[in-house]
Amino acid sequence: MKLLEFLKRERKKSASVAKERLQIIVAHQRGQRDQPDYMPMLEKELLEVIRRYVQVDQDAINISLDSDNDCSVLELNVTLPRDE
Amino acid sequence: MAKIIVVTSGKGGVGKTTSAAAIATGLALRGNKTVVIDFDVGLRNLDLIMGCERRVVYDLINVIQGEAGLNQALIRDKRTENLHILPASQTRDKEALTPEGVEKVLETLSQEYDFIVCDSPAGIEHGAQLAMYFADEAIVVTNPEVSSVRDSDRILGLLASKTRRAERSEPPVREHLLITRYDPNRVTSGDMLTLEDVREILAINLVGLIPESEAVLRASNQGVPVVHDMDSDAGQAYADTVSRLLGEDVPLRFHEYQKKGLLSRMFGGGRR
Repeated sequence: MKLLEFLKRERKKSASVAKERLQIIVAHQRGQRDQPDYMPMLEKELLEVIRRYVQVDQDAINISLDSDNDCSVLELNVTLPRDE
Repeated sequence: MAKIIVVTSGKGGVGKTTSAAAIATGLALRGNKTVVIDFDVGLRNLDLIMGCERRVVYDLINVIQGEAGLNQALIRDKRTENLHILPASQTRDKEALTPEGVEKVLETLSQEYDFIVCDSPAGIEHGAQLAMYFADEAIVVTNPEVSSVRDSDRILGLLASKTRRAERSEPPVREHLLITRYDPNRVTSGDMLTLEDVREILAINLVGLIPESEAVLRASNQGVPVVHDMDSDAGQAYADTVSRLLGEDVPLRFHEYQKKGLLSRMFGGGRR
C-alpha cells in the first residue's frame, strides 16, 4: 500500500514551478513599468536620508507612486525598528 | 501607406529572424508588396536566412548616410515576387543608425509597399528601440521558457512607452504573441509551459504557434524561408500566422500531443 502511494505521488511538474515564478516576476516588472525613471534614484536617496537618523534595512522601505486623474501621490512606508 | 510590423523579443536566439523572414515571405506570397529590413547592425543574419547573402552590395546605413540610393540597397527576392530585403551593415558603427535616418527610409518605403517588416536585434538597447519606434504592430516572439517570457514582458513595457505611437498618445502599437519552439510532448509531460500559461502571463493576443521542428534548421541551412516548405509543420504554422495577421480566423494547429503510431516508432517520425 505504502509502495503504491509512493509510486503514485508525483513530483511537482517543472512547468507549474516556472509559471508561478513568472507570475511573480512579471507582476513586479509591471508594477515598475509606469513609474518615472527617477524612482530608483529617489528611493535610494530617501533611504540614505532615513538611515542618517534610524538604522533600517533595505526592505523596510516601500515606495510607490499612484496616479489619479490629475494628481500623483507618492507613498512612502518605512518600518522603523522597535525601540530597544 | 504601408503597415510597419516589428518582430522583436528581447531575448536572443528565440527565432526573431526566422520569423521575420517567414512572415515577410508569407505576406508577399499572399500578394502584398513587402520589404523586410534587418536592424541588427554588426550582426546581420537576415540575408543568410533569406538566401541573398552574396547579393548584398549596399545596406541600410549606406542609405541613411547618403552613400547609396534606396533602390541600390534593396535586394529583390529571387523566389518570391513582391518581396525585397534591406540588409543591415556588418561593419559600421551602431550609432550610425539615427532615428531621423530610419524615419526617412521608412517614409519612402511606405509609399511603395503594403508591409514593412522590421527584424529587431536582441536586447533592449538602441537598435532594438529603433526597430520598434515607428511600428504599427509588434510580433513578440517568445519561447515557452522562463527567461524568454520575462524578456518578452520587458519588451511589452517598451512598446507601451518608447514608441512613436506612445509618445504621441496615438492608438497603441498592436501587440501579437508568437510562440515558437513549442513541443507538445514536453507540455503534456509537464516540463514545458503551455501556450495558455504563456498567453495568461503576458496577457496579449496569440497570433501564432510554431512547433519545434526540424524544418527550421533545414530551411536556414538552405537560405529558403521555412514558409516555402509547405509540407512541414513549421511552414504551415507560419502560413497560418500570416493569415491571422491579415485578419483571417484560422484555427490553431500543432499544439496537441501526437501519439506516435507503431510504424513511425519503428521507422522514425517521418519528414516533419
